[in-house]
Amino acid sequence: MAIDVATVRKVARLSRIAEPEEVLPALAEQLNGIMQWIEQLAEVDTDGVEPLTSVVNQGLPLREDVVTEGGDASRVLANAPKSVGGFFVVPKVVE
Amino acid sequence: MSNLTDLTLKAALDGLTSKQFTSVELTQAHLTAMESARALNAYIAETPEKALQMAAASDVRRASGDAGPLDGAPLGIKDLFCTEGVGTTAGSKMLANFKPTYESTVTSQLWRDGAVMLGKLNLDEFAMGSSNESSASGPVINPWRAIGSDRKLTPGGSSGGSAAAVAAGLCLGATATDTGGSIRQPAAFTGTVGIKPTYGRCSRWGIVAFASSLDQAGPITRTVEDAALMLGSMAGHDPKDSTSLDLPVPDFSAFVGRSVKGLRIGVPKEYRVDGMPAEIEALWTQGIAWLKAAGCEVVEISLPNTKYALPAYYIVAPAEASSNLARYDGMRFGLRAAGSNLTETYENTRAQGFGDEVKRRILIGTYVLSHGYYDAYYIKALKVRRCISDDFDSAWTQCDAILTPTAPSAAFALGENASDPVAMYLNDVFTVTVNLAGLPGLSLPAGLSSEGLPLGLQLIGKPLDEGTLFSLASVMEKAADVSQRPQSWWRASS
Repeated sequence: MAIDVATVRKVARLSRIAEPEEVLPALAEQLNGIMQWIEQLAEVDTDGVEPLTSVVNQGLPLREDVVTEGGDASRVLANAPKSVGGFFVVPKVVE
Repeated sequence: MSNLTDLTLKAALDGLTSKQFTSVELTQAHLTAMESARALNAYIAETPEKALQMAAASDVRRASGDAGPLDGAPLGIKDLFCTEGVGTTAGSKMLANFKPTYESTVTSQLWRDGAVMLGKLNLDEFAMGSSNESSASGPVINPWRAIGSDRKLTPGGSSGGSAAAVAAGLCLGATATDTGGSIRQPAAFTGTVGIKPTYGRCSRWGIVAFASSLDQAGPITRTVEDAALMLGSMAGHDPKDSTSLDLPVPDFSAFVGRSVKGLRIGVPKEYRVDGMPAEIEALWTQGIAWLKAAGCEVVEISLPNTKYALPAYYIVAPAEASSNLARYDGMRFGLRAAGSNLTETYENTRAQGFGDEVKRRILIGTYVLSHGYYDAYYIKALKVRRCISDDFDSAWTQCDAILTPTAPSAAFALGENASDPVAMYLNDVFTVTVNLAGLPGLSLPAGLSSEGLPLGLQLIGKPLDEGTLFSLASVMEKAADVSQRPQSWWRASS
């Protein structure tokens, strides 16, 4: 399944990365090269094999549901591109 | 006292203990070396004031008799570890102005044990790369050069700054991270020792995330003993990382120099890949001979799914990366680029903030996770990952550790593999299986190529068996006797 320009445009949109029209053909070619190389996975017989999602043989640990830290808005906001009065300032979302 | 920057971490700690020099003197020697080595571009940021302050505090602690295990030792920190109040860029424009208000668990444990921070080390952007060329701060130059050549070589990646700084004597040891080979391949290219411990040994908390199920921190040092010392401080359970293993940290140093007699060493036949240079093949044979001479039994093993590890990795790692890097939206931290509405702000921010390789991986990850491809690619890759892990499980019935080359070549020239992403990915052909299976892997310098460049061998261990790797590696280190250091050509230009 080859990746065409329309697919790259769609995936770039899903990824929220602005890719100018003129770079799409070259990008499609690169991604195709990588995906073609990946296609060799089809050779592996994985019938009945459970997907491996974690190499850690332990359950997710639980802890008491209590506040451990927080209440420090200035630290949270310290790297905000824009903040006012203890809030993040973002572009207008609702017209 | 000879040059303080030539000491091993262990020798430096001994020198501090026996009061041959102070941490301030030791730290200043490194700061001076760093200043004269800027041509290597190993450090993204030098933090001399902080270093001297930490060194002075260390000298006070030592005088009052409560020195920690690494007290006064100046180290470099890969710029992927968040350091409180000190810029942490991950080699990306996206985080050019990011100053964490917290400290990563791994670095906080180094400071707990008395270490001194010299600065933040260069890396591939978001640790994605095998040559350091994807860094927004420009590539690191390998301190090693081929005999009779002044061609600039890559130190490998992504921990290229860490490896180059250790090789050039710009720190006694460095932190690094490894998602597909990013500790071991640079260690091999620079004649240094690097270990990626078992997944879960080191906390990932406060390390900028790339692919969370694969990322592990570890040290790069000049000797096996130094790696054991440093890993002892870096490892340990952390409730803030849910995949951190709640197990005691062994005394790794105690394994250094221990007899390896009777250990069974697996040699996987699938690692004899097409086009592998004869001298790497010869080095591997030499490594086998050293271990035999030390009383090990060598057995041929089979890891049949080895050739599928890299393609599986290039689904799993980009998939996780595309999800992890979704956080860079220009809203709460990092770069924000203007746009006429919210979506355009996101798109412009990410277009301007990320470099080409990072974008490529986000696109691949988004593609393989998208509707209609999820089962065909992502789930398929996770099944292959299980097969690779099973391969190792059956190997462990025949052997106690595995010996392989670390990388398929010596360091290549900057720019040499830049135009072909897949050719670049093949650098990790011997290392990536270890990440997929969550195993410990150690690279040590084993010899020089005919061009005079370092070559590494890799030891792979059972889960949690870093100790055996340190024992084996110290035997091989002694046998290899690679005492040669790179010529300090970089000082001439300063």
